Amino acid sequence: MYSFDMTSEQKMLVDTVRRYAEKNLRAVYREAEESKHIPEKVVQTGWELGLLPGSIDARYGGYGEYSALTSALYLEEMAWGDLGITLHLLTPNLFAIPVAQFGNDKQKEQYLAQFCGDTFPRATAALVEPVIQFDPAELQTTAVKEGENFVINGKKTYVPLAKQAEVFLVYAQENGATQAFIVPADTPGVQIGKRVKLMGIQALEMYEVEFENVTVPKANRLGGLKGIRIQRLLTLSRITLAALAVGLARAAYEYALNYAKERVAFGEPIAHRQSIAFMLANMRIEIEATRLMVWEAAYKFDAGEDAAKSAQLAKQYADKMVLEVTDGAVQVLGGHGYIREHPVELWLRNGRGFVTMDGAVVA
Amino acid sequence: MAIEFKTPEVIEKQLRNVQIVAEHAMRPDSRRLDDNEHERPWRYINMMLPQMQEMERANIAAAKARAAKKKAAAETVKSNGHHGGLAVLEAPPTEEVVSEERASIANMTLVHMIEMLSWGDAGIYLCIPGGALGGAAIQAVGTPEQIERFLTRYTEGPPKWGAMAMTEPQAGSDTGNIQTTATFDPATNEWIINGQKIFCTNGKLALEESDGMVVVWATVDKKAGRAGMKPFVVEAGTPGVIIAKVEEKLGIRASDTATIIFDNARIPADNILGDPEVQTGVGAKGFKGAMKTFDSTRPIVAASAIGIGRAAFEFTRDTLAKEGVKMEYGKPRWKLSAVQADLLEMEAQLRAAWLLTLKATALLDARQENKLESSMAKAKAGRAVTMITQKAVELLGPLGYSTEFLVEKWMRDAKINDIYEGTGQINTLIVAREILGYTRNELK
Repeated sequence: MYSFDMTSEQKMLVDTVRRYAEKNLRAVYREAEESKHIPEKVVQTGWELGLLPGSIDARYGGYGEYSALTSALYLEEMAWGDLGITLHLLTPNLFAIPVAQFGNDKQKEQYLAQFCGDTFPRATAALVEPVIQFDPAELQTTAVKEGENFVINGKKTYVPLAKQAEVFLVYAQENGATQAFIVPADTPGVQIGKRVKLMGIQALEMYEVEFENVTVPKANRLGGLKGIRIQRLLTLSRITLAALAVGLARAAYEYALNYAKERVAFGEPIAHRQSIAFMLANMRIEIEATRLMVWEAAYKFDAGEDAAKSAQLAKQYADKMVLEVTDGAVQVLGGHGYIREHPVELWLRNGRGFVTMDGAVVA
Repeated sequence: MAIEFKTPEVIEKQLRNVQIVAEHAMRPDSRRLDDNEHERPWRYINMMLPQMQEMERANIAAAKARAAKKKAAAETVKSNGHHGGLAVLEAPPTEEVVSEERASIANMTLVHMIEMLSWGDAGIYLCIPGGALGGAAIQAVGTPEQIERFLTRYTEGPPKWGAMAMTEPQAGSDTGNIQTTATFDPATNEWIINGQKIFCTNGKLALEESDGMVVVWATVDKKAGRAGMKPFVVEAGTPGVIIAKVEEKLGIRASDTATIIFDNARIPADNILGDPEVQTGVGAKGFKGAMKTFDSTRPIVAASAIGIGRAAFEFTRDTLAKEGVKMEYGKPRWKLSAVQADLLEMEAQLRAAWLLTLKATALLDARQENKLESSMAKAKAGRAVTMITQKAVELLGPLGYSTEFLVEKWMRDAKINDIYEGTGQINTLIVAREILGYTRNELK
């Protein structure tokens, strides 16, 4: 059937994450963006929500079952709070989720437990490369099998929290296909480069990382002989990113809506004018439509159906929607929207990023 | 309950049958009926008739049961000193009704069928025999006696049509401004209807070409404004009812769009639907009742739009594929050609509109408020499908614009969905009022 009601467990989770986002993320997001630094306490409190362990099987130390749909529900709430801090909090997921999805039993046993503890895990992933025409399915970083090892060479960028990471999941091209390799940070040849400065999400620490003749045992190939399916990973990433886009857009929409009801011009609130009211109505329509597309893709993923197309449509739709909505929010606020005193300019900058991040975030 | 996106098997099964109708009784006649504007789609009508009569039987039985319950509830409400009549429509349903309606997939089934029929041909689809909007109004607010008297005809015999007459030359979106009057004549115990209605879908089929009926909105008291507006049932053969004109249109040419003149048309006293009393001070319940029916018809119009959009999208995709331009999923955007990117955008727009429609419909089936959702779905679907069909004509080049293909016709057909049952602008206005919490005075 077509049903749009969350389970009571999902509702509780969403409420909890919403409260966290409101109390913690909204309290520090501007300061974090300006100082390019996220307070430790916010990260720790976020980690204590237990979202990642909640997606990991009890066999490996977690207390849940992975659901792309449940993730999409809480990701919307987190991104509503702040995208930069959310991406910081999701950094361990970039390692843990692919391991849980594609890892063999040995890899899951070895690596997943560290994602179920009390402290924020120091793990990340390196996928994106510093090229204009980036395609996760055709990477320039290479992994070549040499005897019992793989040798990895290439340049990566947008690697979140690379400096504090103890272990990387490095995506590389092996015989024309994208595969993933587990690389401890202290492996010779791993060089952390400069911090990446982006247009938005500046609170998130991201680095360039170079891999020069980095050699790892073949047991570190994720999924063993089977390897990974990059399209499945991209599907999951598109669901994740589209869910985050919905949350960010909702933040901008709500802010613009409230502003338009309070801001008086020509003797009445600007929301009394159709030119403003219609913008807000269209924002609402597009946010709701995108949310439903995300839910559908996530539902299909969880149900074991082919979710690739739904996820692609949702992501493509979300990329456009989030720009329109965040831009519209700046426009509704007029000159004030352009000033950093209000959050909408930041949300527009953050919204621009989604289209470039295919594959870079999975949660 | 949990979030779910799955078409129930029982709907899938019916859809397969409807698709056969679409492919065999609609598509082959699409071009001819577009060229010959007022010809009737008999192949389709005859094919649908037995099924529609059976459906009407089920609808009437359910409506009668509901009406009987409402009547009992109304008596309770009245004895408490409140207004009866249509007011009880807005009274919370009893526990029993709620549980009974919860399991309903009636509207979900309907939007799926209409999407598929409109995929076949949106103009032909509208000629479906049955009570249509007029029947729906009677089912919603009629007494058991009225349901029996007006709707039994749709369950038997030759095909008959019903219609709703609201729009007037000077009152389109501002339905509160209608001028048609209904005056009660105590001498004969009749209502006398005077006025002119335009854009009445199936009006001629209902009043001239079959033994049908039309639900006509008229005012019993102009001073009372919206509170004075009431629905009346006018049957075929009523003296003083004239089909003055049948419109020639941009699209949906197979559909009958009539102008009806009521010149001292006399109808029995009990042809009024709902309470004849003009209720002032407590809000215009009768009018609100009419507006409320839009919450259930807007998802239907959205579904019809989406059916046309899907026809145009699928045809464009498949035609281009034969030319070597294949859809590709999973690739980064920069690796797609402009045409592939357009196709993807069309498909995404279609899905966005369809999911909004399904949500509005699910709420309707669950008897939950869906004013916001139904207007969002309608506004989105009208706009999206206008874009999709225009894009289809563009992508297919000179042949897209030619009558060789049906896409040019689908573009013309699609546009009506952005207009009737509330224009895109009216629906956007409703969405805006809902999200801002504004009245019609605060946001005009």
